[in-house]
Amino acid sequence: MSALVRDLGWAALLFVDHLGKLAVFAGQILPPVRFRVFVQEVFNLGVLSLIIICVCGLAVGMVLGLQGYNTLVRFGAEQSLGAVVGLSLIRELGPVLTALLATGRAGSATAAEIGTMVATEQLDGLRMMSINPVHLVITPKALAMIFVMPLLSALFIVFGLAGGYLAGVAIMGVDGGAYVSSLQSAVDFSDDIVGSLLKALVFGVLVGLIATYRGYTSAPTSAGVSAATTSTVVVGSVCILIFDYFITALWGV
Amino acid sequence: MAFGGRDVLHGLTCRFPRGKISVILGGSGAGKTTVLRLIGGLIRPRRGHITVAGEDVTTLSDAALDRIRQKLGMMFQGGALLNSLTIFDNLAFPLREHSTLPEAAIAEEVHRQLTAVGLSNVDTLLPGQLSGGMIKRAALARAIITKPEILLCDEPFSGLDPISVKRIEALLRRINQQLDITMLVSSHHIPSTMRMADQVVLLRQDGTVSGAPTELQNSPDPWVAGFFNEEVDESLEAEAPVSERPAERWATS
Repeated sequence: MSALVRDLGWAALLFVDHLGKLAVFAGQILPPVRFRVFVQEVFNLGVLSLIIICVCGLAVGMVLGLQGYNTLVRFGAEQSLGAVVGLSLIRELGPVLTALLATGRAGSATAAEIGTMVATEQLDGLRMMSINPVHLVITPKALAMIFVMPLLSALFIVFGLAGGYLAGVAIMGVDGGAYVSSLQSAVDFSDDIVGSLLKALVFGVLVGLIATYRGYTSAPTSAGVSAATTSTVVVGSVCILIFDYFITALWGV
Repeated sequence: MAFGGRDVLHGLTCRFPRGKISVILGGSGAGKTTVLRLIGGLIRPRRGHITVAGEDVTTLSDAALDRIRQKLGMMFQGGALLNSLTIFDNLAFPLREHSTLPEAAIAEEVHRQLTAVGLSNVDTLLPGQLSGGMIKRAALARAIITKPEILLCDEPFSGLDPISVKRIEALLRRINQQLDITMLVSSHHIPSTMRMADQVVLLRQDGTVSGAPTELQNSPDPWVAGFFNEEVDESLEAEAPVSERPAERWATS
């Protein structure tokens, strides 16, 4: 029993320690921003994620279209398919799945890249050249992640809506006009769309911070890089889902 | 200095003469690299003082350390070249950051330094496309391109064939003579130390021994003379029973 209490106490201390270090680390991610490096990172994290986001958005939209149709048709409400697909994607699935996908692709790549730079002394090399590695490497990556997340989420939603249309209208035979009009009447710009983008922004901050922090503080070994990558995906995904609940519960988004 | 509760350097006192080549010798794990990292301000000691160019680097702020580092150049063991940049851009990087030279002048200086270290036609290559010896030479060129007063070289001969060792050694001697740079070289390569060092600082568990290389080689202290003559103390080897050797433990587990 005493061992359990001791372990729990130790785990709590470690958690608080990491939280404090993360806060200090986040405080360093401040301007000046190197614009060219930032644009390069937007390309690396955003443009290179486009295909996975578009394909997954389309697939999720098609599944939602099929499942939504099969459920709604029991109640004779298949004309509301657009509203069901739209609200599900905009309020929930778009930002959450985009953030999870971005964590797996861009977040892990970011942690691995920074971790490798730590292991190969590239960051120390920058310090010895009187160049702050946080300004050169960390800040552009973290800010680029925050910048691209809402854009990727919006793209995911657009492709999801198209997928829902494809499955519901083209395959299952729902009226196209009804799909679009129910979508249009159900979605509110300020409540749903702005809220969705804000959610994606919060997830961008989370993934950007976790990925850069894990990479920056990784042990300077290949095992350290591997651990940083794994923990970015695990911690990032868990945090996204927990924050999603609180954002939904507190803000009603 | 300690890492994770393990003392690495204890009771270290030494001076490195201006304009000379000082070689820091010691066995693996003796703390040679740690000495260089302490001098560069990359890590801070638990106790003690380190004076570089008249200032105590153990008490300086990050901004003041950056000012001191402009007088330092460091050649890291693995090169620490930025993997995402070409060799040309790696060398041009510190000049672009810290000088107002036009791009043409930067290109001229980069090519001058690359030629000086015997590298040509490597402008567009990435560090990953170079051999170990070429990376060391490119790292050396980057370290001296800003014309530092003090050059720190971390294990410049490790992992190199005998020809490459002599080539790097000749380069270091030439740079020392032509540019009047104070050089601190960490190494465990005895032949090159005997040829190039003006002063040797030998790290041992109970402190340091320093002097001219020939002086230490003929030292009355059997441990010091034995280190220089690469003699193995077989009485110490015999103390560990065969079954205690790690490799055999793994083989039987």
